[in-house]
Amino acid sequence: MVASQRELDGAIAVTRFGLGAKAGEIAAASKDPRGSLRAQIRREGADTFATGGETSTQRLAEFRDYRRQREMAKRDGEGKGGEGKGRDGQAKAGETADAADPVKMAQQFIRQNAAGDVMARTQLATTTDAGFRERWALFWANHFTVSASKVQVATLVGPFENEAIRPNVFGRFADLVGAAETHPAMLLYLDQAQSVGPNSRAAEYLKRGDGRRGAAFGGPGVADPQPRRTPGLNENLAREIMELHTVGIDGGYSQADVTEFARALTGLSISGPRDPVQDQVVFRDTTHEPGARTVMGVRYAPGDKSQANAILTDLAGKPATAKFVCTKIARHFVADDPPPGLVARLQKTWMASGGDLGRVAETLIDAPEAWSPQPVKFKTPYEFVVSSYRAVGETPRGPGQVNQALNALGQRPFSAPSPKGWPDEAGPWAASDAIVKRMQFAQALAATVGPNVQDPMQLADATLGARLSPAAALAIGRAESRGEAVALLLMTPEFQRR
Amino acid sequence: MNALSPSRRVFGRGALAGLSVTLLARMSAAAVPANRKFVVIICRGGMDGLSVAPPVGDSDYHDLRGGLALGDDALKLDGTFALNPALTSVHALAQAGEARIAPAVATPDRARSHFEAQDVLETGAAGVYATTSGWLNRTVKAMSAAGKVEAISVGPTAPLILRGPAPAGSWSPGRSVDAEARLPTLLQDLYKDDALLGPALARGLQTETMARATGADATAGGMAGLRPAAAQGRDVARAMGLSLADFLKAPGGPQLAAVSLDGFDTHANQAGLLGQRLTNLDALVDGLHTGLGPAWKNTVVLAVTEFGRTARANGTGGTDHGTASTALILGGGLKSGGIVGDWPTLRRQALFEDRDVYPALDMRGLSKGLLIDHMGVDRRALDTLVFPDSGAVKPLLGVV
Repeated sequence: MVASQRELDGAIAVTRFGLGAKAGEIAAASKDPRGSLRAQIRREGADTFATGGETSTQRLAEFRDYRRQREMAKRDGEGKGGEGKGRDGQAKAGETADAADPVKMAQQFIRQNAAGDVMARTQLATTTDAGFRERWALFWANHFTVSASKVQVATLVGPFENEAIRPNVFGRFADLVGAAETHPAMLLYLDQAQSVGPNSRAAEYLKRGDGRRGAAFGGPGVADPQPRRTPGLNENLAREIMELHTVGIDGGYSQADVTEFARALTGLSISGPRDPVQDQVVFRDTTHEPGARTVMGVRYAPGDKSQANAILTDLAGKPATAKFVCTKIARHFVADDPPPGLVARLQKTWMASGGDLGRVAETLIDAPEAWSPQPVKFKTPYEFVVSSYRAVGETPRGPGQVNQALNALGQRPFSAPSPKGWPDEAGPWAASDAIVKRMQFAQALAATVGPNVQDPMQLADATLGARLSPAAALAIGRAESRGEAVALLLMTPEFQRR
Repeated sequence: MNALSPSRRVFGRGALAGLSVTLLARMSAAAVPANRKFVVIICRGGMDGLSVAPPVGDSDYHDLRGGLALGDDALKLDGTFALNPALTSVHALAQAGEARIAPAVATPDRARSHFEAQDVLETGAAGVYATTSGWLNRTVKAMSAAGKVEAISVGPTAPLILRGPAPAGSWSPGRSVDAEARLPTLLQDLYKDDALLGPALARGLQTETMARATGADATAGGMAGLRPAAAQGRDVARAMGLSLADFLKAPGGPQLAAVSLDGFDTHANQAGLLGQRLTNLDALVDGLHTGLGPAWKNTVVLAVTEFGRTARANGTGGTDHGTASTALILGGGLKSGGIVGDWPTLRRQALFEDRDVYPALDMRGLSKGLLIDHMGVDRRALDTLVFPDSGAVKPLLGVV
């Protein structure tokens, strides 16, 4: 039964490793299931998606314009409504801009940018022929979460993925860490941009009393709302790098290590009006905490940004990091409770290759555990929505459609609720209400595309291949309309999982 | 989830596996009227207790907090404590003896990690990742010997506190189910051997029916699908409270409920950000109070967070991860009294690790006391099943 095993593996390659089958994909992958995945690994990284041609620097400049206009409007006494919305951190759907109101215009502009990015990314996911490569990129974007839950970050999530994550997902993990942690989106999301060494020259200058707020260190163009505060450390980025991005909570660090690391990170910020070029990552000697640092038992000599870089590189190379991140990879691709043998093999490759993520991906593809026939991973809302569109051969018609579907399913695009990112286990996603909402999404999509589906059974075969169960095939075969058949297909237990 | 420490898992599983769940459930025999309600609000991100109920009368408060200190605009409670100006509804309830604060409460976790602390807060375990179900879910089990108990969470995802073996519903505003369609029935058939999807769909459809019957759907109004629970504004939060109240007071409605609010991780520019989040919390409480009407007198609401924040303001107009925080206890049947638990003060020697508000009250003791006094849950079930290995943690009785 060599052929049927290959067909099953072909279906697994496309539906578990990939983002779900488009027409003809399973048949193509069945010729060489593992080879079809290996072929998607490439040094230059994952595909990028269109962000209207705008970089994070441009987006930061736009946000600064918006802030300035809001301040002006407030001073003119007209900004009352605008202020609440801006700080709120949430895009308000269904609002139209008042052409006479520059603040509203700017807000709308920001919303459109963010919505456009979401749309572009979803379109890439629904159309790509390299589903595994895209899933691999999504995994890393979630690992290094930045979230639009902070309004200033909303238009940076897309550029962050394109600039810091996607080019590095098949390279060395240390390079990926370096790119992610020093990107403006991360510096803003985890409050690094404002962190100042308590004994830095800038802080000493302010302590002497004549310092004008913020002027000494430029600041990321942010007005200081706390007139009485003393500039100092913010340990948010340091803690989350250790806990979430590298060694993990059991990685053997203490509160003292977090604080030391935070001191080393000071100086890393975003350039402001006093710098030669605005809105870029900058290292300021003036706000850097002077002195040597000791993090997890290692002493780092006094220095500039090289100090934090050395700590980052060391963290990225630790065995605890390999264990923590490989466990997450195995959980994402194989099972909520990942097989220890698989985690151990991924770790071995990781350590032997110096954290070469392409090699780790190959080890995953070679792992027998990853090819178990049962679909056990419950899809996240984004995976469900994307795979649904792929199955029926459509792409979403506009950002509203994507946003509305994912909001209802609990996964507002680009807006993970915390730096930990979206959950990767079934529990949080399988709420009873969520299953009803998935059914309603399936019904709505099937109502529009169903009538054009010539043969629903053929669609079911093309979508799930050898993973389609007899019970599901029977139910789809008995459907009273094409729409009902398509909705059933999208709601089968095997389509809800991967 | 973070990497699991094998030793912790084995320990936790062993502790639970040694007990018969049915036996434990039977131990909690005291029948409690079905109109008693218990709602847990989880404020995620580490809510700053010193801003929820600022100890404006504590002599160290202003020095520690600097620009973050609240002054004349805070809503006075007693000689020491006030409430954040955003908490106007809570303050009105406190004036009526229907809201109290526990100013130094903490879970047993001390790692200052959101995710570890939320795990301990929601599982009710003594340590992290010791069990995979939530304590409110196991409360359903503990109470079910005395009669059928329903539980519900509001929001599109299932919070850990209510996940587990006991059935629990969830609801979020959205389109109503097409009653004419055959799909729900066909799917229930297709899911009959599916342990995850089968029960979830059946319960989801039931809740939908109830939402239509109680008017929770209509209360949620035109927000359908537009905003997730994560995107709270004041109006959304209030509507959420009103809808939840519709469920709670419906005949046969749930007795236990959980709802989450996000965004309390205020490392920078805290004053403005936290004001908004507390406005949402206040609106949620107001929605519940208003919606419940006469049923408010049989309801207890507990608002908690995974940890508090540093006693000192940090260098960016915010606060970093800390230890103890403030819990709010609300309800029409509270006993009168001042603060709940002790106030360790903000003297430097009294701070936890020279940094955080000292954890003077174990969160489990607070929850246990409320579950005994208000819901009639048996002490032994609380010590073992609901909060495993917590026999040494005394219930704080007499709040309600």
